[in-house]
Amino acid sequence: MTQTITGAAMVIGGGIAGIQSALDLAGSGFKVYMVEKTPSIGGVMSQLDKTFPTNDCSMCIMSPKLVEVGRHPNIELITLAEVTAVRGEKGDFQVDIHQKPRYIDMSKCIACGECTKKCPKKVNDNYNAGLIKRKAIYVPYPQSVPLKYAIDGESCLYITKGKCGNCAKECPAGAINYEDKAKDFTLNVGAIILAPGFSAFNPKGMDNLSYGRHPDIMTSLEFERMLSASGPTSGHLSRISDHQEPKKIAWLQCVGSRDNNQCSNSYCSSVCCMYAIKQAIIAKEHAPYPLDCTIFFMDMRTHGKGFEACYNEAKHKHGIDFKRSRVHTVVPDNRTRELMLRNVSEDGTLRDDAYDMVILSVGLEIPEELRSLAGKLDVDLMPSGFCRTQTFSPVSTSRDGIYVCGVFQGPKDIPQSVIEAGSAAMMAGADLFQSRHTLTKRVEKPAETDIRGESPRIGVFVCHCGINISGVVDVPAVRDYARTLPNVAYVEDNLYTCSQDTQDIMTRIIREQHLNRIIVAACSPKTHEPLFQETLINAGLNKYLLEFVNIRNQDSWVHRNNPAMATAKAKDLVRMAAAKASQLESLVESRLDIDQRALVIGGGISGLSAAKALSRQGYHTSIIERFPVLGGQARKIHQTAQGEDVGEQLNDLIASVAADDNITIYNQAELTGVEGFVGNFTSTVLQNNEPITIEHGVAVIATGASEYRPDEYLYGKHPRVITGLELDERLKIKASSLQDIKSAVFIQCVGSREPGRPYCSRICCTHSVLSALHLKEINPEMNVYVLYRDIRTYGERENLYKQAREKGVIFIRYDQEHKPDVKACDDPAKKDFIDVTVTDPILGRPMSIETDLLILASAIVPNTDTNLAQFFKVPVNEDGFFVEAHVKLNPSSFATDGVFLCGMAHYPKPIDESIAQALAAASCAVTLLAKKTINTSGTVAEASPRDCAGCGTCVAVCPYGAPSMRTSGQFVGKAEINPVLCKGCGACVASCRSGALVLKGFNDGQIMSMIAAAGLR
Amino acid sequence: MSDWEPKIIAFFCNWCTYGAADLAGVSRMEYPPNIRVIRIPCSGRVSPKFILSAFREGADGVWVSGCHPGDCHYIEGNYYARRKFALFKNLLEHTGIEPGRLHFSWISSAESTKFVTVVNDVVSSVKALGPAKRMIKQDPLNTVSVTAATL
Repeated sequence: MTQTITGAAMVIGGGIAGIQSALDLAGSGFKVYMVEKTPSIGGVMSQLDKTFPTNDCSMCIMSPKLVEVGRHPNIELITLAEVTAVRGEKGDFQVDIHQKPRYIDMSKCIACGECTKKCPKKVNDNYNAGLIKRKAIYVPYPQSVPLKYAIDGESCLYITKGKCGNCAKECPAGAINYEDKAKDFTLNVGAIILAPGFSAFNPKGMDNLSYGRHPDIMTSLEFERMLSASGPTSGHLSRISDHQEPKKIAWLQCVGSRDNNQCSNSYCSSVCCMYAIKQAIIAKEHAPYPLDCTIFFMDMRTHGKGFEACYNEAKHKHGIDFKRSRVHTVVPDNRTRELMLRNVSEDGTLRDDAYDMVILSVGLEIPEELRSLAGKLDVDLMPSGFCRTQTFSPVSTSRDGIYVCGVFQGPKDIPQSVIEAGSAAMMAGADLFQSRHTLTKRVEKPAETDIRGESPRIGVFVCHCGINISGVVDVPAVRDYARTLPNVAYVEDNLYTCSQDTQDIMTRIIREQHLNRIIVAACSPKTHEPLFQETLINAGLNKYLLEFVNIRNQDSWVHRNNPAMATAKAKDLVRMAAAKASQLESLVESRLDIDQRALVIGGGISGLSAAKALSRQGYHTSIIERFPVLGGQARKIHQTAQGEDVGEQLNDLIASVAADDNITIYNQAELTGVEGFVGNFTSTVLQNNEPITIEHGVAVIATGASEYRPDEYLYGKHPRVITGLELDERLKIKASSLQDIKSAVFIQCVGSREPGRPYCSRICCTHSVLSALHLKEINPEMNVYVLYRDIRTYGERENLYKQAREKGVIFIRYDQEHKPDVKACDDPAKKDFIDVTVTDPILGRPMSIETDLLILASAIVPNTDTNLAQFFKVPVNEDGFFVEAHVKLNPSSFATDGVFLCGMAHYPKPIDESIAQALAAASCAVTLLAKKTINTSGTVAEASPRDCAGCGTCVAVCPYGAPSMRTSGQFVGKAEINPVLCKGCGACVASCRSGALVLKGFNDGQIMSMIAAAGLR
Repeated sequence: MSDWEPKIIAFFCNWCTYGAADLAGVSRMEYPPNIRVIRIPCSGRVSPKFILSAFREGADGVWVSGCHPGDCHYIEGNYYARRKFALFKNLLEHTGIEPGRLHFSWISSAESTKFVTVVNDVVSSVKALGPAKRMIKQDPLNTVSVTAATL
């Protein structure tokens, strides 16, 4: 252990995993350096059109995170930069950085885009997967963070040849600096998180697929850009070859995955099945005509939460055709302009199917540059190139103090990347917690002026935005018009109202002119309101005294051919804003102290890991476990997919938790009630019939799941029919009975992927394959069969599947319609044996297997606890699993503030993923706890008890439980709103029949005054 | 009548439709300049009296737009809005306000193309109806003088 611990961390990679790590760490009191090799953060997620399985718009859910990183006072973005070396050790690393020149002065660039208009040099647009060209001076995409242009030094004519210089002439802000030079510098950090991502497999080398030889054979990433509204065709489907709309599209799965012949990626890329389904659904939605979509696959791997339902919908609702076949060749037919797909269908016939577009579902791989980065950092990789980690420390690399998350750790989807990002932040934070808040900035705020009783003195600032606004709207006319409006005391126009120097001027003017309401007429409040609110705060004004007028995004940019009307509209909007501004009031944000203790419900591997993590960051944690012993389901599991002994590691974990003074364990205990809200929960626990009260600021739900007890396949009726976990118990004790058996049959999907329980239980395929290998190890002569529907050994687990086949395990597929038939042997001499009959789809004939052990890969069912859901007001889905705040970007939190989720209570998952989510849930909890206090929004509803009729509609309408009826005092039976719980939507206000409710900042009077001032007559 | 341009009050929820309107700008799309946007947190915030007030003040059309049902930033605000508006629109028709003057839509923050399509639809349908005449609040002074003149 080093003496000094640097209270800063470095995150390498600015994709979604890096972003989440950085936000968690910065939110929990550490300085973060984010090193990104391109000019903007965002990574691959920013290129995606939609995200599966909900088909949320990728950019829409991501951009708030991008903005948060960009604005965070404790995250320093270092773009166009790479790490060249790391010295030192955990707590005290020295990281050498090489940063390429941007050729743009970031403090001057206002991202108006004038420079690109005259740039003569076109280069491939990587953001659009090379489908179109961009200029040599560019922003990667419109929502880039930082939103600053960059010059591509390798292609710029001025930089390469000294000719041109157009951008410098065009730039109104004087931001171009051709003399910019590369920089090398060293940063001190206490921990490092690797989130460098991956690259999509390039299928150019695969001759049989003709990629690169025909433009209508595209990779999935290229097609993703075509589907995107912000892509080159604005989401319109069009064949690159002839701009015709495609009628038949085929997706080819496992291109660059599960393939040792044409590439060396033996692993499964985990995400391609789902993204192909997503793309097929979206393509059909985009096509205003009947579009044929076919997905050619080997095993359909829809093993995540909500994935199987999406797959079923794709088949039944959207009519997408799924063909189980690996396409042999794709040959363009130049005569018919069709693409001929040669494939062997399941019954063995050779077919040539014609399509007019082919999408290659390319896998994820680790490019050479990341292998070399790992070398520089002295971090071990797997042979596949992914970073080596252990099941019980899923984000720790081989080098102490360096953590990993996202696809660099192994192929995975966005939620799993976000989960690991949280875990990595948690681990880094635990290393640094003694230095929490030592390097972070705290912004000092001046005292707030009390404006009550003052008559309104409105200041109006009208922005030219370079020429973005004033090129269309007559800004001086709007400025002069604003002077004539009631209560307006001061007006000015600025070239760039948002620039740092204007902020300083505004602060001065507000003070000098005694302004008490501010109107900014500029771009959009969505991007710039927080900036100007900050300025108001600096000038001593309450931040809610700002009214924003959108005269760019919703005026000059969209009415550029109608300047007169655009100017009239700008005047109307300013007049409306002035009417509202006159009525603005200072709003109070309630401040709450957060109880610095945590409660974890469930003492399984997830709960224990979460508790240990919280304790490592210095927070006292209580664990409630309903059974006498800790450990949950993991107690029954033999080995992990990586071959580690579960019992041993679990005992170590339990021992460390039991020995931890900062953790209190309540076993044989049950939660009987929860009161309060974020920061201040009071829970009652019943232990040995004694009620115990626990006060805590946050709660983590880790109630787990268990194995389904089958009532099919003779289970419970024949002694030789057991479940997967029951086999594990025998493997654990090395039962001698296993040595004598000659034959074993596994049946997959017992109780999963069926009408009553439609989800995939995710872990059973890997578990059965692993168990099959164990049986083969005990007795290599044993005949082992796995009867399956799709083998879902995702990620590196695919290697186990490969190994099992090599060891002679026989895999036979069955259909849901033709389930295996199981009965005890008729022959009295063989009454201990079981007859399993299965219809092999390739042979099309029933096969009979006589076996002495039948193992049922039984479903995982959640330990549904409706009481718990009600106590914390958290939702449960139809399958009984808890519902997270957001499937993609908030998988370990609930929509209810202060309550977090991990492990199998969320969805079935293996140990490494459970631990990762436990750490992620703890990380989310720490970001809240580290704040010590929280401010709620000032935009909340308020009830006037004198006007309230006590009807209770507001209570019924509010999804957050903010309104309640008073139970005591003068106004008993009348509504009151808890401002801490209120999110400020105004649904209750609009529903109140007696006008007793107001929404502060958007009250009826303010909105009515805007309507009245809109110049309608 | 040829140079008459309708004035339309639009209530956009902050999270979805307002974002779509911003994106339409970022994408440099074009649409008619007839709408005056009032930003609100959620379509569920829109009280029927705002719509009535807009018509009383002389709006030729009113347009309320929020997140897609199921995508509400506030979980279910737009469901309340949808139910409320379905009833309210019938009621307004009953009072003689033409259905084409009041519009509701659900546009996500990514759907700038849909946004522009809907703006065009809203503006053209209001335009087709001509200036609003019903429900407009009379200026009390004028009303008095008219009454005096008729005496």
